[in-house]
Amino acid sequence: MLLEVRDLHISYGDIQAVCGVGFHLEEGELVSIIGANGAGKTSILQSIMGIVSTKKGSVIFKGREISGLASHERARIGIRMVPERSRVFPRLTVYENLLAGAYGLRKKIDVEKRTEWLYSVFPVLKERSSQLGHTLSGGEQQQLAIARALISEPELLLVDEVSMGLMPKLVDEVFEVLRQLNKEQGLSILLVEQNVVASLAISTRGYVLETGTCAIQGDAAELADNPRVKEVYLGH
Amino acid sequence: MSAYVTTIATMITIQAIAVCGLNVIVGYAGQISLGHAAFFGIGAYAAALLATKAGLSFWMGLPLVICISGLIGLLLGLPSIRVREDFLAITTIGINFIVEALFRYVPFFGGALGIGGIPRIVLFGIRMKGEAFLLLSAGFLAICMMLSWWLTRSWASLACYAIREDESAASTLGISPVRFKLFAFVIGTAMAGLAGSLYAHYMQFISAGDFSFPVSVGFLSMLVLGGMGTLWGPLIGTIILGILPEAFRSLVDYRIFLYTLLLLLMIRFQPGGLLGEGSAARRVLAPLLRGGRR
Ligand SMILES: Nc1ncnc2c1ncn2[C@@H]1O[C@H](COP(=O)(O)OP(=O)(O)OP(=O)(O)O)[C@@H](O)[C@H]1O
Ligand SMILES: [Mg+2]
Repeated sequence: MLLEVRDLHISYGDIQAVCGVGFHLEEGELVSIIGANGAGKTSILQSIMGIVSTKKGSVIFKGREISGLASHERARIGIRMVPERSRVFPRLTVYENLLAGAYGLRKKIDVEKRTEWLYSVFPVLKERSSQLGHTLSGGEQQQLAIARALISEPELLLVDEVSMGLMPKLVDEVFEVLRQLNKEQGLSILLVEQNVVASLAISTRGYVLETGTCAIQGDAAELADNPRVKEVYLGH
Repeated sequence: MSAYVTTIATMITIQAIAVCGLNVIVGYAGQISLGHAAFFGIGAYAAALLATKAGLSFWMGLPLVICISGLIGLLLGLPSIRVREDFLAITTIGINFIVEALFRYVPFFGGALGIGGIPRIVLFGIRMKGEAFLLLSAGFLAICMMLSWWLTRSWASLACYAIREDESAASTLGISPVRFKLFAFVIGTAMAGLAGSLYAHYMQFISAGDFSFPVSVGFLSMLVLGGMGTLWGPLIGTIILGILPEAFRSLVDYRIFLYTLLLLLMIRFQPGGLLGEGSAARRVLAPLLRGGRR
């Protein structure tokens, strides 16, 4: 098992955002987390990454309890995140944003190779390589955030609503990239998405969050057929 | 060059070295510091004591002075890891007041009388004063600016910039905010220590008041005026604020008020400073200013 989350509790002051979530992800899997706005999806990803602290529960990565690690240490052992609303560095250029992502990769040759590959996946980043982050359009920033997370060859990628603000054609492309990374390179991905149809279509399994806990879980195809999921998240 | 002009130019180069250091902390790493004069003072007092009590020459003492300032900078930089930005401002002001009080009231530091009889710097058998001292301090300033320039091209500065822009996003990329904030504090306060050492050997007499909070406000004003995070900003800002008070001697009592006003105006209307992103000066001077663009 690559990642296991047990009995996770997260609260902000008096607000209980997550209470008792548990799930796991096998190596090479692409798992979706579905839930309404405010269900706690972002909080879960952030606590796996170590940005928000957990009140209770454990996060186990490759058999090792990592709850005590700082987020940069988690990044070093192979976890990377594409954060909600991209969070690219506004006053660094596109290329510098990528370099910042490659921080752990000391060898210059590796950085160049990875950059070239990412430029081929996201050609617009190559065109804009010397433009400042904040001058990119929302969709371009999303692509940069994905590239920045991928440049270091992570083992587990946490993706938080990457389709937000992308035009439909780009959504398809981005999901296709994620699918390929998962299928062809065996990258394990934990996907949080509002776009339930698209995310379940490329997922192996999924979890549905309700009132801070995992209400439903199952194979992606099963979930897509589940009457409750259909009613609440697919609107029919 | 008249002695008057030489004196002012020397003070400007010494202050510019301190402001260069502040630029690493504030401009590169994005950590606000309103107590930089404390480190300027720590360098000056360390140099003065090493020279007068231990009998070390400027050159023998310098590595020690730089290490002492950097180490204390490391310790006092620790709060930057825990506290939020507005709190860091208050903390650094507090550090400034404490350090100044220690200089003023602890007999070891000369108390209210300060420390006098600090020997001149000797280089190639020449006792440095006047234009020779100006050249020497300009040399040190050049070294600091080269170091700053080199920093802007290194991994470390990229890490600092990333932390300045978005600390938690940077940490999710494996960049340790703790390490690089402290790195910036050490480099920045070590430069302040160097400036302090030059100051002590130039003035030959120092006292606690030379390193009070208004001096810190002055340093920050120079940096903000010139342009935080730029290569030439610290120098330009220091030159302007070093010359202006001479031109308006009658306003000298209002200096702290004017600095504060200037700071507020700059932050409101030209936050990038005279040389910052999108400023008028930058557009005109763009071809001259390659390097240290951020
Ligand atoms: N920093 C914070 N301070 C206080 N409350 C917070 C904070 N972050 C999140 N919350 C609260 O925690 C709950 C879960 O938030 P979270 O961002 O995890 O939801 P989400 O499932 O990602 O929602 P969305 O689909 O809108 O992105 C919400 O009720 C939110 O108001
Ligand atoms: Mg969210």
